[in-house]
Amino acid sequence: MSEQITGAQSLVSSLEAAGVTDVFGIPGGAILPLYDPLMDSRQIRHILVRHEQGAGHAAEGYAAVSGRVGVCMATSGPGATNLVTPIADAHMDSVPLVAITGQVASTSIGTDAFQEADIRGITMPITKHSFLVTNADDIPQAVAEAFHIASTGRPGPVLVDVSKDALQAMTAFAWPDSVSLPGYHPVTRPHAKQVREAARLIVESRQPVLYVGGGVIRANASAALRRLAELTGIPVVTTLMARGAFPDTHPQHLGMPGMHGTVAAVGALQKSDLLVTLGARFDDRVTGKLSSFAPNAAVIHADIDPAEIGKNRFVDVPIVGDLSEIIPDLVAAIEAEFSMNRRGDYEGWWVQLDRLRDIYPLGYDLPPEGLSPQYVIERLGIISGENSIYAAGVGQHQMWASQFIQYNEPRTWINSGGLGTMGFAVPAAMGAKVAAPDKTVWAVDGDGCFQMTNQELVTCTINEIPIKVALINNSSLGMVRQWQTLFYNERYSNTDLHSHRIPDFVKLADAYGCHGLRCETPDEVDATIEKAMSLNDAPVVIDFVVHKDAMVWPMVAAGTSNDEILVARAMAPDWGSDD
Amino acid sequence: MSRHTLSVLVENKPGVLARVASLFSRRGFNIDSLAVGPTEVPEVSRMTIVVNVEGLPLEQVTKQLNKLVNVLKIVELDQSASVAREIMLVKVKADIDSRSKVIEVVQLFKAKVVDVAPEALTIEITGNPEKLADFLKVMEPFGIKELVKSGMVAVGRGSRSISDRSTRPADKSGERTA
Repeated sequence: MSEQITGAQSLVSSLEAAGVTDVFGIPGGAILPLYDPLMDSRQIRHILVRHEQGAGHAAEGYAAVSGRVGVCMATSGPGATNLVTPIADAHMDSVPLVAITGQVASTSIGTDAFQEADIRGITMPITKHSFLVTNADDIPQAVAEAFHIASTGRPGPVLVDVSKDALQAMTAFAWPDSVSLPGYHPVTRPHAKQVREAARLIVESRQPVLYVGGGVIRANASAALRRLAELTGIPVVTTLMARGAFPDTHPQHLGMPGMHGTVAAVGALQKSDLLVTLGARFDDRVTGKLSSFAPNAAVIHADIDPAEIGKNRFVDVPIVGDLSEIIPDLVAAIEAEFSMNRRGDYEGWWVQLDRLRDIYPLGYDLPPEGLSPQYVIERLGIISGENSIYAAGVGQHQMWASQFIQYNEPRTWINSGGLGTMGFAVPAAMGAKVAAPDKTVWAVDGDGCFQMTNQELVTCTINEIPIKVALINNSSLGMVRQWQTLFYNERYSNTDLHSHRIPDFVKLADAYGCHGLRCETPDEVDATIEKAMSLNDAPVVIDFVVHKDAMVWPMVAAGTSNDEILVARAMAPDWGSDD
Repeated sequence: MSRHTLSVLVENKPGVLARVASLFSRRGFNIDSLAVGPTEVPEVSRMTIVVNVEGLPLEQVTKQLNKLVNVLKIVELDQSASVAREIMLVKVKADIDSRSKVIEVVQLFKAKVVDVAPEALTIEITGNPEKLADFLKVMEPFGIKELVKSGMVAVGRGSRSISDRSTRPADKSGERTA
């Protein structure tokens, strides 16, 4: 008979066998048995956060940067429900995440016991899959399956809820050699016929666009994408989730499409005759009013998730598979077309697009006085440069960080795209720094977002995770305020946070053991960023006090057509004569 | 709107019904009827789900269902190529004057009287949804006191079983089913 250990020890061994080296979490009653053997693990570093939501976002940031499964841990009831937001976030943005939660003893389940919550039921709609383990013998299998499901196919969050008695019971540990799930077989190899058909459409098209989504980053297909783009000469747009999938400095890159995309990127999609969609999902923030989106375009849609194909937009050529296999196959099929002298002529297309790009570059007006948030973010990107990772919160600062920082490598831009979770930046940056300790990791955050999760700076200080926070403090919920300016007659209901007065972010940083810096004028910007770059013994928070009337442009108002994009207030672009 | 019958093979594990039901509700699909039971394989249960959708959302229904890890296989059963049955128990007013007339209808429909009381008869009837509707229409004038109906169960005609590849599977290969 093999050695008898507790379920908790078996769970620690299972996590080790799954290759886990870092876990973010907080203990509590139901999960206490697990924390005892966890203390003895030489492989697993447990980072004690200050709020479970921080654990979840940290695990997301960790996963987004490393490509490995992020792991977070919480106790039953409120511990578990605090993970709901990051789990939903990971579900929307396809982040590989395993959440381990303690559950009350199986004999108490259903009795409204202390700190009982049906977390599996609560998270059912926002997980890729979930397990409730009440028998210690089932722990290794559940953990193996959880990591397999989270990391393969379209990545996503998996919950493993383990009852306290299962953690305490005696069992034998046996790690399964393989995982066999009869109902789970993600398709990775694309259908050759569909790939050939896609290649044919590409060489026949006159106005194609590579519409690139976050799936390219999740699939590690950036190099393949670059090969495809350069082989064909097709213009590229990268969605909010795909920033960094294709170098911003590349001449074929038109920027980000969508509600706050560049005129060239939005215009390219609208006027395209062929969308080569790679790991994107026709999100409403990209398409605008769906019925008027890219009206003349045929659609090739390549995605690992068959359910995405045809969900929002009719697809002419569906390709289900892993983009790291699809794109090289597509390159080969296009080369075959080229060898038969069939190739696309996109010269006229580029003339149109270059015109848009030249007339409507991204830009901003400097305010007559005070500090421009766009300027701050632009300088930050230039000064911190390569070898930096940027995690953003949600709102105006997120859009500016996407627009004005140049991303040339995948996994250097982390944000909450689908769910739009305010408070994402600080904990996600913490997780990113744990995954990539040699990189400079910036949280570009707003004062609204920052006040939702800044407690994790304590975690950063104590655990020597020296992230840097560029706090874009406009003293308001800026994006909401922008909508109030544009759509609610400048009636600023509950968007003034008064953060120029309270709290004092420099003092707050100080209280957390961080370096606190403040910057209020343009001429201090570079020196302050450079100062922050030189401080690596503790986290740094820069309170950039910016003017609050800056707006994010261009903008496609929600529910309207992309054709109605405005480059500034009441200013529509001139699309050119061939319209 | 059109009605479609889906046969869904699922792993017989706790929470599967909740997963399927919650998927339907969160994606805004309407279930007309749902029946679950064991199959010839003990680890596998079979759900028969009747949904009311347009053509395109049905493809979304099957694709989303396929994403559930516990869902093994989905087959849409064509009405003309399958046998569908519901079971219904109806309590009909039947006193000494009307009883024989009620029984006459019962015999016409090849239904069965399963309980007799001085003022009522309880009738069991099995059939496709149309037959049950017709039966109710004829019974209505006597006075229906209570009615209970199962979800529909259905099976493809012929010798093939649902695990054969040829039954128009909306299977997990990822190919388009439309």
